Amino acid sequence: MNEIIESVKNLSIGFNSQKGKQISILRNVSTNIKKGETVGIVGESGSGKSTLALAMMGYIKQGLFPLKGECLFKSEDLLKMSSRQLEKIRGRKIAMIPQNAGQALTPNLKIGYQIDEALKLHTDLNKTERDKKISELLNKVRLPSPETMAFRYPHELSGGQQQRVAVAMALAGKPDLLLLDEPTTGLDVTTQAHVLELLRFIAKDTGTSMIYVSHDLGAIAQVSDRIVVMYAGEIVLEGPARKILKEPIHPYTYGLLKSIPKLSLAGLPASMPGSQPQPGSINEGCSFYDRCNLANDNCKKNSPDLEHIKELDTNVRCFNYKELINQNNNLQTSITKKSNNSEANEVLKLKDVSISYAKQKFFDQLLNKISDQNPTVKDINIDIKKGETIALVGESGSGKSTILKSIAGLLKTKDGQIKFEKDRILSSDLKKRNPNDLRAIQLIFQNPDESLNPNHTVEQILSQPLKLYFNLSGDELKKNIIDLLKKVRLGEFYMSRYPRQLSGGEKQRVAVARAFAAKPDIILCDEVTSALDVSVQAAVLNLLQQLKEDLGTTYVFVSHDLAVVRAISDRVAVLYQGRLCEIGPSQNVYKFPSHPYTEVLLGAVLEPDPDIKPKLVAEDIVEEKPPEKGCSFQGRCPRKIGDICNSEVPPWQIGENGNAIRCHINIDELASLQQ
Amino acid sequence: MLLLILKRIGLGLITLFIVSLITFVGVEVLPGDACTTYLEREAYGAALDACIKRLGLDVPAYERYLDWASNVIRGDFGYSLSGEMPINEVLGPRVKNSLVLASVSILIGIPLAIVLGIITALWRDKLPDIMISTITIFSMTIPEFISATLLILIVAIWLGWLPGIVIIPSDATFYELISNIILPVVAISMIMTAHMARMVRSSVIQVMASDYVQMAILKGVPYWKMVFRHVLPNALLPAINVVALTIAWLLGGVVVTEVVFNYPGLGRLVIESISNRDLPVVQALAIILASIYVGINLIADLMTLMLNPRLKSLQIRK
Repeated sequence: MNEIIESVKNLSIGFNSQKGKQISILRNVSTNIKKGETVGIVGESGSGKSTLALAMMGYIKQGLFPLKGECLFKSEDLLKMSSRQLEKIRGRKIAMIPQNAGQALTPNLKIGYQIDEALKLHTDLNKTERDKKISELLNKVRLPSPETMAFRYPHELSGGQQQRVAVAMALAGKPDLLLLDEPTTGLDVTTQAHVLELLRFIAKDTGTSMIYVSHDLGAIAQVSDRIVVMYAGEIVLEGPARKILKEPIHPYTYGLLKSIPKLSLAGLPASMPGSQPQPGSINEGCSFYDRCNLANDNCKKNSPDLEHIKELDTNVRCFNYKELINQNNNLQTSITKKSNNSEANEVLKLKDVSISYAKQKFFDQLLNKISDQNPTVKDINIDIKKGETIALVGESGSGKSTILKSIAGLLKTKDGQIKFEKDRILSSDLKKRNPNDLRAIQLIFQNPDESLNPNHTVEQILSQPLKLYFNLSGDELKKNIIDLLKKVRLGEFYMSRYPRQLSGGEKQRVAVARAFAAKPDIILCDEVTSALDVSVQAAVLNLLQQLKEDLGTTYVFVSHDLAVVRAISDRVAVLYQGRLCEIGPSQNVYKFPSHPYTEVLLGAVLEPDPDIKPKLVAEDIVEEKPPEKGCSFQGRCPRKIGDICNSEVPPWQIGENGNAIRCHINIDELASLQQ
Repeated sequence: MLLLILKRIGLGLITLFIVSLITFVGVEVLPGDACTTYLEREAYGAALDACIKRLGLDVPAYERYLDWASNVIRGDFGYSLSGEMPINEVLGPRVKNSLVLASVSILIGIPLAIVLGIITALWRDKLPDIMISTITIFSMTIPEFISATLLILIVAIWLGWLPGIVIIPSDATFYELISNIILPVVAISMIMTAHMARMVRSSVIQVMASDYVQMAILKGVPYWKMVFRHVLPNALLPAINVVALTIAWLLGGVVVTEVVFNYPGLGRLVIESISNRDLPVVQALAIILASIYVGINLIADLMTLMLNPRLKSLQIRK
């Protein structure tokens, strides 16, 4: 068990800046991987975790080069090997499972060929043996009908299936070490839980060592024996998984764990100030100095070494770690938010809304025939009260963003009405809405890189809504822009900056400011935090909550992240295949999930705690479109009772907690079934 | 799939119909008609009347269009005015010459462009790339009438190795033919190859940076195997459409080059018939060139569809 298979020694990797300066993005990293062990490498974007993982295969991205140190695999330095020698090791001794299997599988080659290629390179099997092995591997990663699967092209598979193929391909060469680079990021919650479960099983079954790289402490917690925490290209904390997650003794890890929203906690997570420093910007002192609340003058001048603490079996890079040892475990805290007045008026009402992406055919249009009997989104009824945050959750394809777009007027509804302020119907055609209605509903997008014009300064970006809706100019315009920036906690000097000069969190703040510039009644938030790092996400969530409490805005919040929704929402609507499953006050839906789908979804959420295991109740089948009749969840429901589920749309039932669900099973019976 | 092909062919035919209408109307609205052009100063009185009668210009325009169109469908383009012979006989040798020039250029230019593109991409920013890229950018930027003229000056006049002007007798031997067309082929290939090589280069570079190529490397696939199995099939797909456009451009008349070398191809015929105001020939050429463009683009689209498994199964599913 204690045999070391790969060891990284004092590794630094960097690039030459345009000014000819050497800038390192990985600084003096040393770690060992033991046989049969799973090591989680965790860090936010830009922490160097992927660079480290790839270097462990002897692969260095173009433009980067090793500055010093070595990567020893069975005491041979991978970084000094020729590409011939590396070809013998890659795939056979060390194999990789990539982040996005959809892009990592060559599009013009069939699944079977790509696995066969690995087998041909790394085993001595003949053609028939290899064919047998391919179905064996596909079977092992639990893909349906392995015989026909081999003849499919990558794009014909769902995201979860593609990831399984990548796992099969990695296992083909029977490697000693598996490298997983964010293997479940981008997958749906339930799929992610299933793939992780598979990986855990494989690790146990084959005794392979694994290096699991991720930004997601929830996923890391489920698989790792040991965790390495990276910050700004350095290892800041390293030790047994349970210790790191339960009693982190580095202030960054501590702050990171606190900033993750948790399912069991209502209220917002605490945020960490600032963001990770850019490579090359740290000259002296501790790289975490700016964001640390334990920092003193010593931290500013000297950078701490990685110190081994024998009794905890942990390495830590901090002068003041002792202040965190034996501190009471208060990771489970959150900021309570003011709940809104439930007597408030309705501000937006969705009545029987259906949306279809199918284009009406020319002849059907002439005959006035409704062609799509099975629209993407159907029968949505939601009343939204002034000042509340209502969240729409669901996996990809659940229609949550589609509903948001139709409220914004970007997508026409097929049926039903969207009513705004006391029964005034909003036209489903954006061009027919009056300017005041347009102003009243604003949208914040997922990715601020794409929603902010790269050629405009922050001042220009913010002045557009002010000019358009309020005709401001001159000093008054400038005063308003400065006010807006102050509201989102950005200084006046940001006015002249371009989006590329801002960090991810700052960009999203500008996007938030732009939405608030219109003084809207309703803000539609489309996955606004999913492109952000965890510590930045907490700050943006807190900002949104603060603005809402100050200004009384209503949010419609769309997210796939159930923990984030738990943190910010007052009410939550759970969607499956464009149909509502359950709707109710957040604390009740999360505490007493009634609908089988809500149960499945919440069960699959990964918590950053090795003691909380996900519950996998349903298969992770991917359904391409909603069933034509009956309950939308019939295909995957673990509690299906029979034909009635296939033939009749379930009625609404309201439970005593205020949750409304659509299910044929009695709501009280569902509660007792879950015990 | 079959439905899709039929649909595309249908669209192509509609395009051709519109082209024929536009050229017909265009010729119609020009001041004067075929007879005034043909008779020039004698275009009055009995001679004009006789001519109008002979060419059938006294019937309404739509009848003449229908008449002309139905003849075209049967493959008869009518009479050339200046040559006073059937247009088919005028076109025949020209089409053949253009085909010879185009196919030789294609056979040399396209493989060369692909090879150069791949070399420059794989050795990106190294010596082979820097050298080849400099040359391609250079030959892309020089206009063809300059490069063609320079070629004549150096190879034909100073060195005297090859004829400067193309004279192809109808009974030319293979050797005569080749020695005559070398210079035009070189002049055309220079520009064509340069454009395509740049395209292939950027396409290969893009694919080399993709996740699946990184994955193939990390899987331990040897370099050249990775290039041939994982990179090239994906990188050359987008090149098909560019190749098609280039072929259409070659067949449709490399006008400038043909004029400089006095090459009797379609491109020069376009210039000649326009300056002679030989309207039936202009009409015929417009239809033929449009058909070439439509046809070759159709083939290119279908090829992309066949070779790209992603598009193929998308279409089948629909």
